[in-house]
Amino acid sequence: MTIVRRWAFVWAVAFLALARLLGLAHAQKSPIVAAASDLNFALAEIAEQFARDDGQRVELVFGSSGTLTRQIRDGAPFEMFLSADETFADELTKAGLTRDRGTLYAIGRIVLFAPTGSPLNPREGLDGLARLLANGRVTRFAIANPEHAPYGRAAEAALRKRGLWNELQPHLVLGENVSQAAQFATTGNAVGGIIADSLALAPNLQNRGTYALIPDSEHAPLRQRMVLLKRAGPVVERFYAYLQQAKARAILERYGFSLPK
Amino acid sequence: MDWIALRVSLSLGLWTVALLLPAGVWAGHQLATRQFRGKPFLEALVAIPLILPPTVLGFYLLTAFSPRSPLGATLETVLGHTLAFSFTGLVVASVIANIPFVVQPIQRAFEAVPLDVREAAACCGLSPWQRFLRVEGPLAWPGILTAAILTFAHTLGEFGVVLMVGGSLPGQTRTLSIAIYDRMQAFDDYRAGVMAATLLVMAVSALAVTHVLGRRVGRRG
Repeated sequence: MTIVRRWAFVWAVAFLALARLLGLAHAQKSPIVAAASDLNFALAEIAEQFARDDGQRVELVFGSSGTLTRQIRDGAPFEMFLSADETFADELTKAGLTRDRGTLYAIGRIVLFAPTGSPLNPREGLDGLARLLANGRVTRFAIANPEHAPYGRAAEAALRKRGLWNELQPHLVLGENVSQAAQFATTGNAVGGIIADSLALAPNLQNRGTYALIPDSEHAPLRQRMVLLKRAGPVVERFYAYLQQAKARAILERYGFSLPK
Repeated sequence: MDWIALRVSLSLGLWTVALLLPAGVWAGHQLATRQFRGKPFLEALVAIPLILPPTVLGFYLLTAFSPRSPLGATLETVLGHTLAFSFTGLVVASVIANIPFVVQPIQRAFEAVPLDVREAAACCGLSPWQRFLRVEGPLAWPGILTAAILTFAHTLGEFGVVLMVGGSLPGQTRTLSIAIYDRMQAFDDYRAGVMAATLLVMAVSALAVTHVLGRRVGRRG
């Protein structure tokens, strides 16, 4: 055998072995649930609890409500969608992609967040931010993109109400979703941002800065609606019901959500 | 380390190479040895994915294969699922994005085979296929191997197209690069760091190997 053929043979065998090892079956065993990014930590905890109580797992995919809605319309194989508002869930219902109108599962809140070492003091609220702006001390300020993230929309509403929106424009950093906004808000380059209360309460963010609730009178309420999608199977149906029961509701409350009756 | 994501990444790399390499060898050989009208245009076409922003490719693939389009709806009936948000869709996107990484090194390798060597082989009575197998192939194999490794490494690094066309479905379309992004949003810097370091090591190794191979092509020419 020539040296080329020998090497080609070795290479082909290695290639096939690796391919076989990796397995070509990509059939997903666990159903996939899409959720708004503000639920990044809260829903992960609830899903863990569900796996312990029910025995079945669900896989979670997080993103901004608008992006996930778009993906669902483009055929993404999610079985359930937890939006951070009602409009995106209703959009899917109108498009005939859901079983029904769904359920209100939580009401969210936004907080003003400042990373450690920032001149911004969240206790002073948006007045403090206004003062920093006047003194030219605002470098960057992070919010979620209002176009497709409900928490970004709420942030914009609160900033507009306080009369800071136009002045803040050149300093704004827009996160693709509220988790990314939180990421930006904790880097040294931003004086802070407006993020979800549920993210500020997460263990992973505890030592990164301080925060204070923004009164809910400053924006339209973040009424969060979840829907079962057409292809929902039995496991996800149980997860949907689980989210309305005591254990899951207790976890949501711990992450700062208010619960509908 | 997200082992499932690593598996998806490696799988995607292997499938891309497996599908592209045979076609790439043929195309590279043709471009290297034949003259025909429109050849510069074809070479430019091959090079487009190199400069195209990944979001452009992602946009066109998503719109073309969306179930709201006739093509997408047909594919959905045939495949049982949409092309977007599936591993198959990722492979399609990856194959398109990697065309220049396969064709160009192979074309250079075949171009490096001196014309007189090819002519001598023809004079000896070898058919084109025999010439390819016994003369040109062995001389160009470092380039072919370079193409395979570069394509594999490039696929591991794909992010924009994968995120747009694949979403981030665990076990199906969440590659290692997407998993890093995902872990960062969960403020899990440790895991993100481990995966980033892994990809870095793989990228450096791949480039080191192609560098060594590149010197071999030079020596033979």
